[in-house]
Amino acid sequence: MEPIQQIRSRTVVLPFTNIDTDQIIPARFLRTTTRVGLGKQLFADWRYGADGALKPEFALNRPEATGCAVLVAGRNFGCGSSREHAPWALLDYGIRAVISTEIADIFRSNSLKNGLVPIEVDELTSRWLLEHPGAEVTIDVASATLRLPDGSAVEFPLEAFVRYCLLNGTDQLGFLLSREREISAYELAARA
Amino acid sequence: MALSRAACAASGVGNVKTMFQKLWEQHEVVAETPDTPAVLYIDRHLIHEVTSPQAFTVLRERGLKVRRPDRTLATIDHSSPTRSDQIFGGVPIAIESAAKQIAQLQRNCAEFGVELFDLKSDQRGIVHIIGPEFGFTLPGQTIVCGDSHTSTHGAFGALAFGIGTTEVGHVLASQCLLQRRPRTFAINVPGALSQGVTAKDLILSIIGEIGIGGGTGYVLEYRGAAIRSLGMEERMTVCNMSIEAGARAGMIAPDEITYSYLKTRPRAPKGDAWERALTHWRTLASDPGATYDREISIDSSRLEPMITYGTNPGMVVAVSGFIPERRNDPVFDKALAYMGLTAGAPIGGQPVNVVFIGSCTNGRLSDLRSAAQLLRGHHIARGVRALVVPGSQQVKKAAEAEGLDRIFIDAGAEWRESGCSMCLGMNGDTVASGEYSISTSNRNFEGRQGPGARTLLASPMTAAASAVRGRVTDPREFLNG
Repeated sequence: MEPIQQIRSRTVVLPFTNIDTDQIIPARFLRTTTRVGLGKQLFADWRYGADGALKPEFALNRPEATGCAVLVAGRNFGCGSSREHAPWALLDYGIRAVISTEIADIFRSNSLKNGLVPIEVDELTSRWLLEHPGAEVTIDVASATLRLPDGSAVEFPLEAFVRYCLLNGTDQLGFLLSREREISAYELAARA
Repeated sequence: MALSRAACAASGVGNVKTMFQKLWEQHEVVAETPDTPAVLYIDRHLIHEVTSPQAFTVLRERGLKVRRPDRTLATIDHSSPTRSDQIFGGVPIAIESAAKQIAQLQRNCAEFGVELFDLKSDQRGIVHIIGPEFGFTLPGQTIVCGDSHTSTHGAFGALAFGIGTTEVGHVLASQCLLQRRPRTFAINVPGALSQGVTAKDLILSIIGEIGIGGGTGYVLEYRGAAIRSLGMEERMTVCNMSIEAGARAGMIAPDEITYSYLKTRPRAPKGDAWERALTHWRTLASDPGATYDREISIDSSRLEPMITYGTNPGMVVAVSGFIPERRNDPVFDKALAYMGLTAGAPIGGQPVNVVFIGSCTNGRLSDLRSAAQLLRGHHIARGVRALVVPGSQQVKKAAEAEGLDRIFIDAGAEWRESGCSMCLGMNGDTVASGEYSISTSNRNFEGRQGPGARTLLASPMTAAASAVRGRVTDPREFLNG
């Protein structure tokens, strides 16, 4: 995972609540054994028609969405399955942060393992962002703030440990393996 | 030392603890601090072909082993065909990418020494069905799997939750996970369910009540007389769909029904070990007076058979009810437009094209029995396709031993080999665009059963009754007449 300090980008908006992981990447694309190249299948059933052509009216397909790295969506983004293919697909496509009033637990956890920043904001901020696609925002990981075009800064929850991991590109497996002594002691005590 | 309010709630005031708190504390290898999450020990790790390959790749890249193969069990369920000839008849698996994914799991398990219930094994089945079936799932354990419906195993008084592939790698390598302690949410269900009202109807009602994000950040504990009266398979149906309310885990305290289900299971402890385990399991239930971060009650006696009408499991009404009307709600309108349904219309009588009976939610023997009970002596309606997919090969064998397969086949349904099948259509068992599918599975998201497919979630009884009539039907019409 690459270290992330700041993300500065225009937003692309999907103004729907409860966008589930089956929308983010449909199940038929999970028959893969690698994590690369999933970006082209991101939101496949919303982005492409039955003939495989891009639907010009879908937000991500509009010319102004090109290069947008911040996705704004309605409440409860990423609900549904535990497929890590969802953040893999978003990242591969070029999305680096997701903003919603609520982000589903497993999706959030998976995102943080891969350097996709999940940002939960209050209702007012969310409403403003949903109504202003293309807004230029700056996300600062160290201060866990989202800076809006008017210069105001909104803090978002990002606990110290995951903040550290994002800033340093730290892989959590290394941290777990460094606890080998405690893990062995636990197994011995539990006669596991 | 004065404890903060948060610390009191977390530890249980006066040593009164919820079941969740007990399990959490028993599995803390390293307790959480403000700066670091807890290192939580994982007793049981279930893996399958879809969410594990990239985790094994990481192990290989870093030269790591599977730390505890004895605590790890693999099966093949999501991508596997349900047609017998593709499993037993030498006919190649129709979808090449599925065949490759299955072969990769076989190679990974062989290389890392993980036990695999392989494609032709009579032990194979959906990961959340085989765990309990073999007694791999036990009370008091932490259980994870790269699958959101791992919440199913909470029915045994286990702390069981779904994880992503990176975390699958963490557990393979360290048998632990880094976790923050979730909050607790008691769902009290006093009373008793009426005839024709099943565990599926209960959990759909609960999700309708608290909403599909209502459980986010919580572990649910289902309590009360209606829960205690459920058999283990029904309890699994309830816990299975905890994730559809946003909760990673749902739990039910173990009791005599739990122990009697487990006692003869192949992997359950035997002899003295069984007695010791029982002694421990009897301490797990939440202490009287334990408090939860949130609590609600659902009046079970007023519940009816339920069915979804929209594109998430919280969009649910009684089968006898009407699709709600909502003004100025474009997301609601979008869902109804996708479903081709009209606000204010009755859901009963809606024609259906496909009926799917199966999945980790309702693919167990009692589910097949309850569907067969309605189908016996009937034939499915002309033009309806019904697919019955047992949750495991053991379920299939047991169903065949009591002749359920004949009832389904005589009624005009297809009887298949076990797997996830049409729940998510990964193996090619899909619903065509625009078709209505009444399904006993867990998700009615857009395209879940195939691009453009329209899913109505319901109980096996409602699905079977609807198969006979070719339209959404209240199963009580069959039970009463």
